Amino acid sequence: MLFLANPARFMSFSAWAAPLTLVLALALFAVGLPWGLFFSPADYQQGETVRIMYLHVPAAWWSLGIYVFMGAASLVGLVWRHVLADLAARSAAPIGAAFAWICLATGSLWGAPTWGTWWEWDGRLTSMLVLFVIYLGYIALWNAVEDEEKAARLAAILCLAGLINIPIVHFSVDWWSTLHQPASILRAEGPSIHPSMLGPLFTMAAAFLFLVAALAMMNMRAAIYRRRIEAARVRGADA
Amino acid sequence: MSAFAATFRRDLALMWGAGGGALAPLGFFLGATVLVPLAMGPERALLQSAGPPLVWIAAALAVLATLERLFQADLEDGSLDQMLLSPAPLEALVLAKGAALWVAVGLPLALAAAPAAIALQAPLERVPLVCLSVALGMAAFVGVGLVGAAVTAGVKRGGVLIALIVLPFFAPPIIFGAAVAAGEEVAAAFLILAGCALGAAALGPIAAAAALRLQAE
Amino acid sequence: MGARGPFQDRPNLRVEALSVARGGRVLFEDLSFAAPSGAYVELRGSNGAGKTSLLRALAGFLKPRAGSIIYDNIAEPALSLHFIGHANALKPTASVRAHLRYWAGLLGGSFDEADVLARLGLRGLADRPARTLSQGQARRLALSRLLIAPRPIWLLDEPAAALDASGRALVSELVDAQRERGGVVIAAVHESLGPQPANTLTIGA
Repeated sequence: MLFLANPARFMSFSAWAAPLTLVLALALFAVGLPWGLFFSPADYQQGETVRIMYLHVPAAWWSLGIYVFMGAASLVGLVWRHVLADLAARSAAPIGAAFAWICLATGSLWGAPTWGTWWEWDGRLTSMLVLFVIYLGYIALWNAVEDEEKAARLAAILCLAGLINIPIVHFSVDWWSTLHQPASILRAEGPSIHPSMLGPLFTMAAAFLFLVAALAMMNMRAAIYRRRIEAARVRGADA
Repeated sequence: MSAFAATFRRDLALMWGAGGGALAPLGFFLGATVLVPLAMGPERALLQSAGPPLVWIAAALAVLATLERLFQADLEDGSLDQMLLSPAPLEALVLAKGAALWVAVGLPLALAAAPAAIALQAPLERVPLVCLSVALGMAAFVGVGLVGAAVTAGVKRGGVLIALIVLPFFAPPIIFGAAVAAGEEVAAAFLILAGCALGAAALGPIAAAAALRLQAE
Repeated sequence: MGARGPFQDRPNLRVEALSVARGGRVLFEDLSFAAPSGAYVELRGSNGAGKTSLLRALAGFLKPRAGSIIYDNIAEPALSLHFIGHANALKPTASVRAHLRYWAGLLGGSFDEADVLARLGLRGLADRPARTLSQGQARRLALSRLLIAPRPIWLLDEPAAALDASGRALVSELVDAQRERGGVVIAAVHESLGPQPANTLTIGA
């Protein structure tokens, strides 16, 4: 079988690393959430609703960060044909999609009291929506192609093409939103970030990062187990 | 005849020959155009503001329908294997197929955008610009569509998947193209649209060829 | 038909310790053989054993897991191979003539239409769309690529499939002519084509 030593090393690494990062993530959430929700200042303009920022902003950062990670993993997978790189990209995708979704949902919840509507075609939210669709397309492609190795390569090509597309989409959506929205309306950028808000914000960002790492490792472990079962089944069928 | 020319001519002939290849997307396009005022009401001012951009959307959706079989047939009947054995690089042959698609479907749609825009009450002086923007936009859609079609070539009934994959790439040309069609910031939007078209035409075949080599394995 | 001169450079093909996998399954490992100029190599083996995959690896479509394929004295492999696979690479609505012209443009070659059609037993069918051809005629049309573009190495996957006795004789004749020119023929077959193989490989035994 095509198993290199690496997956074995990854498995022994993640056997302790995954639970550890998960614990760290939970600890950071335990610190960050109360800090953000209760012990940080409310915004002079938006009042208590600004606290959604502590979920919304890290989710936005990491949904993009995860895609960049997937792009790097896809490149490694394409150039060096490294099995783990493909798995890493595939495992990260649903997490990135979930974060994009969280960003959109929290944006919507934030918007209801702030703008008076449940959705606003604001530049950033629109870009995030497109990113969400990009994630869906990537995941769907993985599921649609039967041969796993081929799926990995094709998805990698798609991911890299998407990576080029993201700044273009961002630019064009920004351009479009300046065209169609007068600048005076309350924007989803939210309030200018006061230093006292940075503490909980970065804590939450770190919490999300560790959560991503933990979930990605868990996904990869599950994928590797699945492959081993499949390989054993094929061997059993041949015997 | 070079391999590029041979591929271009063959694909053009195949698309025009087989039951008038451009007829289906054209028909869809005109049908959608008819449905718009039925949905929105015939009020002139409303149609005038929404008309040209909607022409753009209809054109984008019409081209989606042509993408599914673009490479699937070549993969299934062994034609892709022969393309790999040609002296011409696969990227060039893919570009030839894309060019043929643009000529067979994109140009007719750009021309059909004229009566469609008029029907949707666009001011007459803006119609040529609408057509030109659609022609450029079609080039962008085809360039990106090549990649979508190539990565999904082995998937049965991949039409919905292609749409999902390709729509985020359609967004920028649609934004700029619709702006041109609506007469907003025309100069800037037009230039950027042209940039999108050139970029897609240059990069699309490269990514598509890489995907096709994988499909041939 | 254009002059079919010999392949002066004595092209040949060598395979060393080749291992090919498809869909995660290893089909064969550590396969080595040589196909010198003028050789005809027959690939035998049960269905699914890997004959097609070997041919596709030799054609450069499929990357092998391990081992190497060495082409000697030929230009770039993509310019020096013919691949006749299971599928004929025909478009149902295009005519026989359109196919010949397309392959001449695509692969780089010239042909005299009457000559090629006569040789293949497709005389008078130039204007017929490919979907109206019988299986045997379609196969013969696919084989026309061998006549249109002279290339030193032929990779044939069951070339005589769907062909009647005269068709099989045609394939045999084509293989003989190619060998005489110094070219190399590697064919996957279920029953002998006719010419004596220099080498018979059984895959998956």
